[in-house]
Amino acid sequence: MLLIKEGRVIDPDSGRDEPGSIVVADGKVADFLPGGEAPKTFDGTVIDAAGKWVLPGLIDMHVHLRDPGFEWKEDIRTGTVAAASGGFASVVCMANTNPVNDHPEVTRYIREKAASQGTANVFPVAAVTRGLEGREMTDFAELQEAGAIAFSDDGRPVRSALILRRALEYAKAFDLLLMEHAEDHELSEGGAANEGWTAHRLGIPSIPSAAEEIAIARDILLARLTGGRIHIQHISTKMGVDLLRMGKRAGVRVTGETAPHYFTLTDAAIEGYNTHAKMNPPLRGEEDRMAILEGIVDGTIDVIASDHAPHDDYTKRCEFIAASNGIIGLETALPLSMGLLAGGKVTPARLVELMSAAPARILGLKEKGSLRKGADADITIVDPETEWEFGEADVRSKSRNTPFFGWKMRGRAVAVLCRGRITHSLLKGVAPVA
Amino acid sequence: MEWRRKHVLGLADFSTEEIEFVIDTARSMEDVLTRDIKKVPALRGKTVVNLFFEASTRTRTSFEIAGKRLSADMVNFSSAVSSVGKGETLLDTARNIDSMKPSIIVIRHPASGAAHFLSRYVSCSVINAGDGSNEHPTQGLLDLYSVLKVKDKVKGLKISIIGDILHSRVVRSSLHSFGRMGADLWLCGPASLVPREMGRSGATITYDIREAVRNADVVMMLRIQLERQKRAFFPSLREYARKYGLNSEIFSLAKKDAVIMHPGPINRGVELSDELADSAHSIILNQVESGVAIRMALLYLLAGGHNAAH
Repeated sequence: MLLIKEGRVIDPDSGRDEPGSIVVADGKVADFLPGGEAPKTFDGTVIDAAGKWVLPGLIDMHVHLRDPGFEWKEDIRTGTVAAASGGFASVVCMANTNPVNDHPEVTRYIREKAASQGTANVFPVAAVTRGLEGREMTDFAELQEAGAIAFSDDGRPVRSALILRRALEYAKAFDLLLMEHAEDHELSEGGAANEGWTAHRLGIPSIPSAAEEIAIARDILLARLTGGRIHIQHISTKMGVDLLRMGKRAGVRVTGETAPHYFTLTDAAIEGYNTHAKMNPPLRGEEDRMAILEGIVDGTIDVIASDHAPHDDYTKRCEFIAASNGIIGLETALPLSMGLLAGGKVTPARLVELMSAAPARILGLKEKGSLRKGADADITIVDPETEWEFGEADVRSKSRNTPFFGWKMRGRAVAVLCRGRITHSLLKGVAPVA
Repeated sequence: MEWRRKHVLGLADFSTEEIEFVIDTARSMEDVLTRDIKKVPALRGKTVVNLFFEASTRTRTSFEIAGKRLSADMVNFSSAVSSVGKGETLLDTARNIDSMKPSIIVIRHPASGAAHFLSRYVSCSVINAGDGSNEHPTQGLLDLYSVLKVKDKVKGLKISIIGDILHSRVVRSSLHSFGRMGADLWLCGPASLVPREMGRSGATITYDIREAVRNADVVMMLRIQLERQKRAFFPSLREYARKYGLNSEIFSLAKKDAVIMHPGPINRGVELSDELADSAHSIILNQVESGVAIRMALLYLLAGGHNAAH
């Protein structure tokens, strides 16, 4: 038994944003006690949540755990420790491992290692095509049975519109979700930064926004054609948001995510050939950044996910064009997203929607993303006021590739419960379960 | 002025005063070049490494001659294998060379920003001899110097650069050297090779070579690479030559005393007609000559030569 005492409970799923306490028993939410009705004595652990937010456990639906195959960059243990430290109870890990998660054995390996060593729920995404090669579909049903929660060739798109069409159609029978890394590879080939003044000035081969937007349009049209369900990953451009909005209005079963760096930074961050600002899709212009913010506010964008992409130092300490794409994000996603609250256009409840309720709904995780009675006791406790500076000492990931060192943050996850178990705590007297 | 710069990575952050100082120093170097014995002991005991990851004969030779005329020990390190993909990383190569304690590394590399990167990890000075499509600062300086030799001043001159603007590191340096001096800069080429955003450099963009050449004081032609045709930037060299090649008819639109420049090597009959390349208007070989003086000046300044000499 565990009592989270007298915090601000924010749970969009039950329409709740009020002071109260949560009782946890057997890994489930056992009760909600409104206001100051917490019992004076309690037989179990008590977490004092005064001045804190109590949220359904955050879900990062776009993470690279690099395990199996690239364990020097990250592994399932360190990746989930970083997740818990950043406030996440669940992560969804992409299939571009080695071997690729295109076989039930790999899916089972990830599930089992996560169960024995992980400090977060790990939901593997399996590849849409074998070896991420874009030619033959993987065994969707078998992978689903092994524990694959969705399908994506992330890191690259499914190049062939025909294969994607078939995959969307085939997936319908099993109500599977396809997630697409939207990119027209021919338009983006050789590029390393957003096509714009900064890249032209620095002489860096560039990637036009259209490379992403053409693919988003294609993906939405194929979802419309097939009636399949598609989720657009890491949207970075203005027209990308517009297309998603249009698709939703047309009744297409499409959802979309963005990552904190796309509403926090622009391509100006690559100045000085800063490889820690190199990712794919690339950081875009200010107009795009503003459109992403607008999409978050008006509900077009469903989800914020980190696209946590750990890389060892030497693949970033090199020429810009040769550097690996991506940054770590699990430990900065929440504080950077809390930056959205400052203008008042994004409410705390909307933020919980973006980082917990919506991912749970899109992924079909019925016991997650909610604090209703009976739901899994995945709970994130946030101190919304604490001010801190992000530094190397805060990083639990194996990798250090981030442009955010030295950034002043406001707000931080101070405790996380994963199915009732404390996986992260900065609170006095509350120790994580080893 | 006092020279404080340790590296020459690009002209983007060069002040007008610094550019003028390099040109002045190059002028005094040119005196050496007119002597019978073209060698001074200014850099005796200094080692300069030419670190070239891209084929280049003229730039490397120019640096080598410049260094030798100043009595530096010149070492050539050429590698066709860039660090991209396989082989030793640029960082490891750089640290190895740095351990041999050279005074200056001159680097040519296919990746934009390679010289900036190198400068962060070595203890010696770095001169950028061309990094990807970013900059070629010694070319930008020698182009300016060459123009200053034939025109009294650059301010107000119409200088048109014609060709593959998108991939040109020469443009990205010359925009700064000519721009600082107040030139009226024009960029011209097929629209697929002249990004709209380059207009933000302050230059005027045109896709019409006649407009670019009309009343120009300086016409600089850039080398077009056949490889660009394969990537669909233009249909054929034939059409490119017809629409963007400089010939006598088009050049007649320029001012009477206009000069023709080219960073080399020239594709004769493609971007520049035979007769113009060899005409009295061409200062292409003067550019090469100026290049040695400019590179001597930079080697001299970076090696602390002027502090030692005075």
